[in-house]
Amino acid sequence: MLRSVKGFICRPLKLDHGYALHMAAKDCFSSVVSQDVQTPAEKPRAIFYTNESDPAQHSEQHEGRHYSIPLEEVKAVFPHGLPYRFQQQIKTFQEACVMVRKPALELFTYLKNSNFAHPVVRYVIYGERGTGKTMTLCHVVHFCARQGWLVLHIPDAHLWVKNCKELMQSSYNKERLDQPLQASFWLRNFRTTNEHFLKEIKTQQKYVWGKRDSTEQGRPLGEVVEQGLTRVKNASDAVGVVLKEIKQQCCLGSFRVLVAVDGVNALWGRTTLKKEDKSPVSPEELTLVYNLRKMVMNNWSGGAVVTTLSQTGSLFKPSSAHLPHELLGKEGFDALDPFVPILVPNYTEREFESCYHYYLHCRWLQHEKARTEDGKEELRFLSGCNPWQLERLSAPL
Amino acid sequence: MAVVAAGRVLRLGGRWSAAASGGPSAQTLRLIYTTTAAWRKNVAASGPEKYTEAFIKKQIEEFDLGKRHLANMMGEDPETFTQEDIDRAIAYLFPSGLFDKRARPMMKWGEDGRPFHFLFYTGKQSYYSLMHETYEKLLNVQKHQDQLVAQGFSLQKEKKNLVGSRWLTKTELEGMLLEKLSDDDYSRFIRLLEKLMTLPCSDIEENYIKKFSKEIAVQLQKVSTEPLKYDEQGVAFSTGEGVRKTSRATAVVYDNGTGKITVNGIDILRYFPVLQDREQLLFPFQFLDRVGKHDAICTVSGGGRSSQAGAIRLATAKALRSFVTETEVEFMRQAGLLTVDPRVRERKKPGQEGARRKFTWKKR
Repeated sequence: MLRSVKGFICRPLKLDHGYALHMAAKDCFSSVVSQDVQTPAEKPRAIFYTNESDPAQHSEQHEGRHYSIPLEEVKAVFPHGLPYRFQQQIKTFQEACVMVRKPALELFTYLKNSNFAHPVVRYVIYGERGTGKTMTLCHVVHFCARQGWLVLHIPDAHLWVKNCKELMQSSYNKERLDQPLQASFWLRNFRTTNEHFLKEIKTQQKYVWGKRDSTEQGRPLGEVVEQGLTRVKNASDAVGVVLKEIKQQCCLGSFRVLVAVDGVNALWGRTTLKKEDKSPVSPEELTLVYNLRKMVMNNWSGGAVVTTLSQTGSLFKPSSAHLPHELLGKEGFDALDPFVPILVPNYTEREFESCYHYYLHCRWLQHEKARTEDGKEELRFLSGCNPWQLERLSAPL
Repeated sequence: MAVVAAGRVLRLGGRWSAAASGGPSAQTLRLIYTTTAAWRKNVAASGPEKYTEAFIKKQIEEFDLGKRHLANMMGEDPETFTQEDIDRAIAYLFPSGLFDKRARPMMKWGEDGRPFHFLFYTGKQSYYSLMHETYEKLLNVQKHQDQLVAQGFSLQKEKKNLVGSRWLTKTELEGMLLEKLSDDDYSRFIRLLEKLMTLPCSDIEENYIKKFSKEIAVQLQKVSTEPLKYDEQGVAFSTGEGVRKTSRATAVVYDNGTGKITVNGIDILRYFPVLQDREQLLFPFQFLDRVGKHDAICTVSGGGRSSQAGAIRLATAKALRSFVTETEVEFMRQAGLLTVDPRVRERKKPGQEGARRKFTWKKR
């Protein structure tokens, strides 16, 4: 046994100096532990890749490595929500590889150990631009979906407060404004993710949509969603109903709910929308935002609320702001307080190496110099170990 | 006489009337009207200008009179009024706005009507007098040489230091002689000087030759690079300064680093969002293959984003000199990492829209 261990340790020393010794050593130990016989061809791949595709099993051992999600699962779990560039990458590489990083692992431990009888804990993922907050959120969403939770994933709350073509006065409440397009779009995606839940959850009261439409008590929630999709005028109200029902029934404990909101600072900022008399609209006048705010409150139990702050889509906020109190404002901070902040930093050395080798493996870096040590150092310097920068830099290479 | 006069009148074509009485020989012809052409002086026919003795004497008398008047005006004694006093008086009385010496009024002429300098009529009096002087020195040296040879001494010629000196340029010589020279004259003079220099015994006329040569400042090669300094933890560091357009930057480069660079307290990724600026900062390190090995802390002010990046690049390159061998410093210099970029914004000219752009040309 000792001899074999020594054999494994001696081999990395003959490898290229580029690979960090500790990483190669860790490889050896993990390989010895799991009793895998790794051929030399696969050994480089093990540095950035792991076969473990269930996020629940991810631990520090897999930190820095990519795992791939099968494409059908991607379509089912993430109809909306992945960053645009990542979607393009999936299309190019024909595989969806997500890196396991420390903030996500932290969140998994919290979620695994949380007591669902207590009011929901709110987690706020924050960090500089392009460090991987949305990807961390998607990782968590995948984890919860695998675990069988009901996932309420709002891909970007900023889309609800800007660039809205149709604003209607709400039929339910005269002061509020509806957004039929965004609401119906979201309902459609919601239906894709949570098909089986929609059949199980039953409404607890009667909802009257108009003169002729109404949903009786005890009907499955799927009907409410259908109603929202067919009668686009009532879509926002349908969203409100869905959220209310889920909130009420989650406390009973039959299922867990994950509310994943990306760009939560949109809920408390300003909007660029204007009413017909050119007066500005404040967020609480929008039905969607109003209902979502109620969802994000911690007055219910049996799930978790994981949110992300985003400066890129935010309105009227300087580009240097990335801390919670800067982006949320006083109102938002008070509403979300108390929360667990989770910082997402730039890539560490090991994560950078992993990402670099992944790109090399997928033959994404075509330039000859990119394969050399100098090229790697140059990429490291120019991107500053920022994932977004690295991705943009390696795209034309 | 009258016939001749009549003939002249006839020739000039004036109108004249015949007198009532008398025969043809006693007739007096009276002139009524002549053309203006007859009155004009025929300048070409009178020949070259002749200064008569009387004319010159009159001019001299007028000059003396003028001199006495000038002396009276200045309150000085007319009897002892010399040429220098005249010059001073004129300079005092006519402070001319024309600063050219030749535009000033002059009262200068020799008493006997001859110019002062014997070479005046050559046209370039100071040049030819200089040539004569130099040739005189040459003959002097040759005579001295012959004397030495006659006495039996051997002639040795030490190599004079020709490197550190140069002859006066044509403009400088013109300034010295206060006369315009042609290129030909200048080259003749220089050839004469060189001939003088080549003679063995020209040391005796060294003072004369020195008047026409200038020292060139020998450009010292600044090869000195500062040594490394060490701070409290024992980490080696070095500083450098850089400028570009209106930006001024200072950089402190530390050894044993991870390639982290901070500008004005902000990480370069946030301070320079544009890739081009970060590439500029990368260049010195990449050139020396030391990309991840040094840390740098920089301060920069002034200018725009591109000129700040250029200034920091120069500062880091200068700081890196201390970490690196001499040959690599030479490579850096040839790569242009250590030269200050002299390009500055060009001034806008009047009549044009910008520095080079002219106004739109309209045909009509």
